[in-house]
Amino acid sequence: MNLDAKIPAGPIEKKWDNHKFNLKLVNPNNRRKYEILVVGSGLAGASAAASLGELGYNVKVFTLHDSPRRAHSIAAQGGINAAKNYPNDGDSVWRLFHDTVKGGDYRAREANVYRLAQISNQIIDHCVALGVPFAREYGGLLSNRSFGGAQLSRTFYARGQTGQQLLLGAYSAMMRQVAAGTVSVMNRREMVDLVLKNGKARGIIARNLITGELESYAGHAVLLCTGGYANVFYLSTNAATCNVSAAWAAYKRGAGFANPCFTQIHPTCIPRSGEHQSKLTLMSESLRNDGRIWVPKAKGDKRPAGQIPEAERDYFLERRYPAFGNLVPRDIASRAAKAMIDEGRGVGPTGLSVYLDFRDSIKRKGADKIKAEYGNLFDMYYQITDENGYATPMRIYPAPHYTMGGLWVDYDLMTTIPGLFALGEANFSDHGANRLGASALMQGLADGFFIAPATVGGYLGSTKFEPASGSDPEFAETAGQVQARINRILSIKGKKTPTELHRQLGNVMWNDCGMARNESTLKKALKKVPEIREEFWSEVTVPGSDKDFNQTLEKAMKVADFLEFAELFLKDALERKESCGGHFREESCTAEGEAKRDDANFSHAAVWAYSGEGKEPALHKEPLAFEHIKMAERSYK
Amino acid sequence: MSDKKNGFSVTVRVWRQDGTGEPGRMKAYKVSDVSPDMSFLEMLDLLNEDLIKKGEKPVTVESDCREGICGCCGLVVNGDVHGPDEHSTVCQLHMRRFRDGDVITVEPWRVKSFPVLKDLVVDRSALERIMAAGGYISVNTGAAPDANAAPVNKDDAEEAMDAAACIGCGACVTACPNGAAMLFTGAKISQFALLPQGSPERQRRVLSMLEAMDREGFGNCSNEYECEAVCPKDVKVANIARMNREFLLANFFGKAEPQSAGSRD
Repeated sequence: MNLDAKIPAGPIEKKWDNHKFNLKLVNPNNRRKYEILVVGSGLAGASAAASLGELGYNVKVFTLHDSPRRAHSIAAQGGINAAKNYPNDGDSVWRLFHDTVKGGDYRAREANVYRLAQISNQIIDHCVALGVPFAREYGGLLSNRSFGGAQLSRTFYARGQTGQQLLLGAYSAMMRQVAAGTVSVMNRREMVDLVLKNGKARGIIARNLITGELESYAGHAVLLCTGGYANVFYLSTNAATCNVSAAWAAYKRGAGFANPCFTQIHPTCIPRSGEHQSKLTLMSESLRNDGRIWVPKAKGDKRPAGQIPEAERDYFLERRYPAFGNLVPRDIASRAAKAMIDEGRGVGPTGLSVYLDFRDSIKRKGADKIKAEYGNLFDMYYQITDENGYATPMRIYPAPHYTMGGLWVDYDLMTTIPGLFALGEANFSDHGANRLGASALMQGLADGFFIAPATVGGYLGSTKFEPASGSDPEFAETAGQVQARINRILSIKGKKTPTELHRQLGNVMWNDCGMARNESTLKKALKKVPEIREEFWSEVTVPGSDKDFNQTLEKAMKVADFLEFAELFLKDALERKESCGGHFREESCTAEGEAKRDDANFSHAAVWAYSGEGKEPALHKEPLAFEHIKMAERSYK
Repeated sequence: MSDKKNGFSVTVRVWRQDGTGEPGRMKAYKVSDVSPDMSFLEMLDLLNEDLIKKGEKPVTVESDCREGICGCCGLVVNGDVHGPDEHSTVCQLHMRRFRDGDVITVEPWRVKSFPVLKDLVVDRSALERIMAAGGYISVNTGAAPDANAAPVNKDDAEEAMDAAACIGCGACVTACPNGAAMLFTGAKISQFALLPQGSPERQRRVLSMLEAMDREGFGNCSNEYECEAVCPKDVKVANIARMNREFLLANFFGKAEPQSAGSRD
């Protein structure tokens, strides 16, 4: 597997500009002759489709939803980072670059992160021009707030609905191209496989979710903008249909999968209430600007929060990390909460939560101000828990949220398969082992609006293409393999539902490979997951036919892929014997219980290559060099 | 923690329909072991798990984020659009709202412009076509001035955000006796009309989006205010008034030519 990242030469500040100059261009009159398939319509997909459409390429966008606007980017709440330095608090491209590399615990590629920080400012400009109603000050200029892992305010936001507003901005730009005839939206279609011809990605097989037909689409490039795989844990903050299937199909067709074990566990989620639970609901990290996180000092203190005097409360983040306090990065906040709960100091009926308390900021700023900033989050908390967060502290617990791992891509965002690109959360590159808050929206839009339109053009302009069409034998063969898998699922007629098996998998992943992992839990999980997979292939039941709108079949296909993927996830976690960012190996920690990296042995991206069914995947490594940011123990004290 | 401890039972009467144009009917199912902490959709999950195990076809129902923002879900529960809670999506409705022995009627959006695809799922693509008719500001990537180049009055920005909060679920259309999509369309037109960036094409936008609305067979507003009452994001009917004003002005001063042909020429 060739892992040449193709990082352009020259000083880091000039790499992207130089590279854009060196990329081949496609003549405007020729662009319409190229067909680009964009899979997924979240921030990365919608923005890529819009920009490529504006350039005059023929774009098809595939979404499994009825509308591209439903993609899970819509649920991002808190904000989007940029190095504008509008508040005059010392920000710069260089500082955003520094904070992101450090936040990712030195496991990201410097050149990519620098480019991301550079582009961040253009994203804000463009989104304002698209009519995104960001929060503003009375003078009419844009407002900023703080997020975890930063000691300044660089986060732009639209109430607690920033992801929604940015997605609607990208979506509307794309709908303009639908009107212009450059983009067509193929809704209610799910990519089920990737089609290669002469070694290049030349199309996809999509399942029409209404008719159940397998449809073939040919193109010159395929862009996977299919999000993350946190649903491998069953319970996560992701939407129900978020999945790994498209990325997994690409992996099985030859794309390298990088750092699958890098998962972000988000600290501020609403705790689970019972076995019936179908998802976990996130509450924006921005709440940590004004909420203080605490547990009782005494173990097993069952008094209601209001009856616990100040002196008997432990504001553990403020105590352990005085410099950043409640705004430490997510991995650190989650682990600290877990440590308190493990000590027996968790609160709530199950003991599996910590307090997020607004009492002091309500006193300081007034309830109206808090309501204006976070009202929708308090409402959501009330609807789910039946508790009033203004009167009593909210209870929170960490939950799987975002996956930093993903398809390996080079500087052009191209995977190891020529013509197959991966954008947004679906790729692995920019966040290292831990993503900072408000950086996912930034990356999705940087990839889609600004990077892919240049690099995909560069690929098309420098590649000779043989003709390809959906009626080629490669398409029929791939579709036949998908059909065989579907037939096999339908023929089992066992006793277990796909959801039950998914929940079983999630329990193993959360217990043995969640916030903390060690060799023995991972080895145990590596035994259990294949057993669940076997159970799936002998016990699953899916009523109805495949030539129909069949949600149980959709679910079963996703679970089947998760059951294969989970094993790679565990192998990667076992192989990486260090702790870094969200990947916490209990064997590798400092005396104070913080994550301890092993730079001598693990300063690389671990990239896995598929070797065939039942065969061990091959591990390749892309070494990471840090020439601009000094590697240090990541301290937020 | 245990569901069984406080578990209760309800009967759900659900609309079953195999496909567009097929005859449909209500069918009753008993659901046991319902916990008050369950969401309404988790109660339907429970029903579906049971049906799958029996080898029966589960109820087809659309939902995704389950946190009230994606706009996928939409059910009429006991005649209430998105259920009995005010300004809420049905995914945020919890079973603590119901009692042991309740009979709950669950129906899809019933709107001429939203044909039923199966059971409780409808086709809302008519809303997509309204968006494609002008629900955007025509700027190409890379051409924008600095984000702070044009100050925006804070109150206008807030009002634009109120309108932009629409999740495109279609509840407003469902609640309207005329099946009008005017709250949906008015919200998008308002968002852009309130912002300086949206001003240059405000006239062609309103003319084109309203034309698309009519073309899709949506009705007109007769001031029932039902749309505002059921809107999960509390989008106000004032947006319809603003759209009408924009429409009037555009008819006096505007150009009714079709939208720009895009960037290919």
